[in-house]
Amino acid sequence: MTTTAALQPVIVGAGPAGVRAAQALVVQGLRPVVIDEASRAGGQIYRRPPASLSQRTAAMLYGFEASRANAVHQAFDAMRDRIDYQPDSLVWNAQGGVLDVLHNPTRTTARVPYGQLIVATGATDRVLPVPGWTLPGVYTLGGAQVALKFQGCAIGQRVVFMGTGPLLYLVAYQYAKAGAKVAAVLDTSRLADQLAATPAMLRQPAVFAKGVYYVAWLRAHGVALHSGVRPLRVLGDAQDSRVAGVAWHDGSEERTLACDAVGFGYALRSETQLADLLGCRFEFAPLHRAHLPVRDAAGRSSVRGVYLAGDGAGIMGADAAEWAGERAALALLADRGVAVDTARAAALERKRHKLGGFREGLERAFPLPHDWAAHAPDELVVCRCENITAGTLRQTVAENGADEMNRLKALSRVGMGRCQGRMCGVAAAEILAHATGLPLQQVGRLRGQAPIKPIPIHLAAAPSTEGAGE
Amino acid sequence: MTGRKTVHTDVAIVGGGIVGASAALALRQMGIGVVLLERDLCGSRSSGVNYGGVRRQGRPINQLPLAQRAHRIWGRLRETIGTDGEYLRSGHFKIARSEADMASLERYRAQSRDFDLGLELVSDARLRERCPWLGARAVGGSLCAEDGQANPRLVSPAFALAAQRAGAQIFERHKVDEVAHDGAKFVLRSGNTLEVHAPALLNCAGAWAGPITTEFGEAVPLQSGHPAMAVTEPLPFFMNWSLGVEGGGIYCRQVTRGNLVLGGGGAGVALDADRARSDRDAIASLSAQAIELLPALRHAHFIRTWSGTEGYLPDRQPVLGPSRTTPGLFHGFGFAGAGFQIGPAAGEVLAELVRDGRSSTPIEAFSIERFFPEETTTSPP
Repeated sequence: MTTTAALQPVIVGAGPAGVRAAQALVVQGLRPVVIDEASRAGGQIYRRPPASLSQRTAAMLYGFEASRANAVHQAFDAMRDRIDYQPDSLVWNAQGGVLDVLHNPTRTTARVPYGQLIVATGATDRVLPVPGWTLPGVYTLGGAQVALKFQGCAIGQRVVFMGTGPLLYLVAYQYAKAGAKVAAVLDTSRLADQLAATPAMLRQPAVFAKGVYYVAWLRAHGVALHSGVRPLRVLGDAQDSRVAGVAWHDGSEERTLACDAVGFGYALRSETQLADLLGCRFEFAPLHRAHLPVRDAAGRSSVRGVYLAGDGAGIMGADAAEWAGERAALALLADRGVAVDTARAAALERKRHKLGGFREGLERAFPLPHDWAAHAPDELVVCRCENITAGTLRQTVAENGADEMNRLKALSRVGMGRCQGRMCGVAAAEILAHATGLPLQQVGRLRGQAPIKPIPIHLAAAPSTEGAGE
Repeated sequence: MTGRKTVHTDVAIVGGGIVGASAALALRQMGIGVVLLERDLCGSRSSGVNYGGVRRQGRPINQLPLAQRAHRIWGRLRETIGTDGEYLRSGHFKIARSEADMASLERYRAQSRDFDLGLELVSDARLRERCPWLGARAVGGSLCAEDGQANPRLVSPAFALAAQRAGAQIFERHKVDEVAHDGAKFVLRSGNTLEVHAPALLNCAGAWAGPITTEFGEAVPLQSGHPAMAVTEPLPFFMNWSLGVEGGGIYCRQVTRGNLVLGGGGAGVALDADRARSDRDAIASLSAQAIELLPALRHAHFIRTWSGTEGYLPDRQPVLGPSRTTPGLFHGFGFAGAGFQIGPAAGEVLAELVRDGRSSTPIEAFSIERFFPEETTTSPP
């Protein structure tokens, strides 16, 4: 018996990709280990509130996505006793076929060996900062949504949503539905972008219709929607102790609006640190404007036994994540010598492939503002852990010749703080590319280094080895 | 297809670490032409990712002349390379965990007395008074007040930039694929893009210096090592000293920003020939020792771990000096994880060797000859 066959497969992440992957393995009689940072399965988009806050219905929490959310949750609950589920658990390191896992409630770290591993680590917000973004009351769009879904509260009484991407309108809609006052939605993309992208987006008419519906609903309920804006700054109150408004440029003049909270973001970025520590080969993906771990249509990475699924390997959304999770599990099974339904595998690949055109449409409809770096003022804090400004980054390029991300990090401290570049990396790369005149793919990416998130020293000192053999 | 560029110069240097870059700077200050080839970015390997200790204390006695020379260079760092690189003479404290350790530190003080390191032994009540943050395992230690620490990420690239400003031609991302001697001069080739011709060659390629020694018929038993390194989140500042432990193991310093940088605790893992990471068992060992040494760290967080690739010879001494086979070739590599402080002096020594054929600092102990003991003539069996 090979090592691979002797060990339980391991899945990291219990969002749509991880749950569908686990389900496909369970159906074949395997008992996967499912490791997830959250306390309840569902991922971000289908995040479940704690049991004590469960009085709101799925329809209230997930809107149009309620049936899909329910399906993912139910699929998970139904196989709960046929998997080894480790919630509240952070994979903080990977080395030599073993994961290091920090279990938060017990404050212990364990070693989990694997022969085959499905990485479904999901995404976080893609952040392009604006002056004033470190004021209390400023949240990312994803953070604002988590507050609503998980904690059952709004980030403020009178909220402005700013940035671009599908999440911009969805979160604004969810907030307005939940009873918060949405003062405005400020979209950096232009109506012309959306019009140009419409044919591509009609490849997923149902998804497109939802987007149109959110916009129409917001408009009908008197929410001010501005497109083609350039965010200028988040305004503080008299003591600069909290958000008091936002200022933006609408193409012809500067405008301001009072608010007590801001949700902002520019779609999502993949969480690729684990794939990096696993040694997966990365390539620049123009569609995502990011370096991503490469995978074949089935989800196999460049490393034998490591499979990639869901937004962690490229932003494709929750539906695609479900398909990719199941497809990766079928690849894992096939590589184990289990006979799998090849027609099903092909169908999943076709569905994901079809979504590709729609994703291109989305990128065209909600492009990352190409002139963000050009307009970022020198005093703008890019890296909030280390308080590194755009001006410092530009100076590092000019004086020390930094032309690559890891060099920029070494010389300027950008990305050297607690987030390790997970939040500031996107913006720093845009500044570096602009300052050097190099294309984004050429400035590279920050190398992944353990721990993926900070780990208490006394836990790193005392690991317990957990046998996961069957 | 681009044409190959051919450059003629006085001295070719392979390796843009702190040794190669400071040699380039020293040579330029003598008015000698220099071309430096670096396979990656100058100061991006061991020289730029090490712990940052700038320490003379604890070095083998035969390294102290070199370390003293380096100490003077560090003292005028800003005027030499244009930045202070966060260099601080904050003190280096070598901890004793037993009376035997204390006796060993005392012996070292006696042996190094000629070198004016100003070592001060601290123990008992005075130890607790001066460093209340030390854990109970420490019974005393030896302080070298003028040793200290610097930020290697800044210092090592700055040496290369200073050399460039002084007129050295530096080619980064130029791996040397071929090196030969045509009877009159050395010829180095990097891909199809660059060829360098020079009558003198400095081998400062660190852990990757082996192939050049082999090429010239003097292969040495050079091996790679990968110390485990880690850094904590910023903590309230409490410690000036850079700490080491008698007998080795762990080292630790706190930067002005508040982070604690820790190293030691065993080996890292090589990812490939070029890169390495901290090994998980090494992190565990480092963590356990760190908490024992500094109990306040118990609830701090590691935010990053890393490693590098360093060259080690069996006696943990560098090779520094002329080739035994090829006139015009000089070696400066194998600093065994302790090259950061003496690197700038090694660079100056190499420049002197090129210009004068001899060094004003004693380096006999680091001769490559030590790996080629005189052949005893024996009759064939």
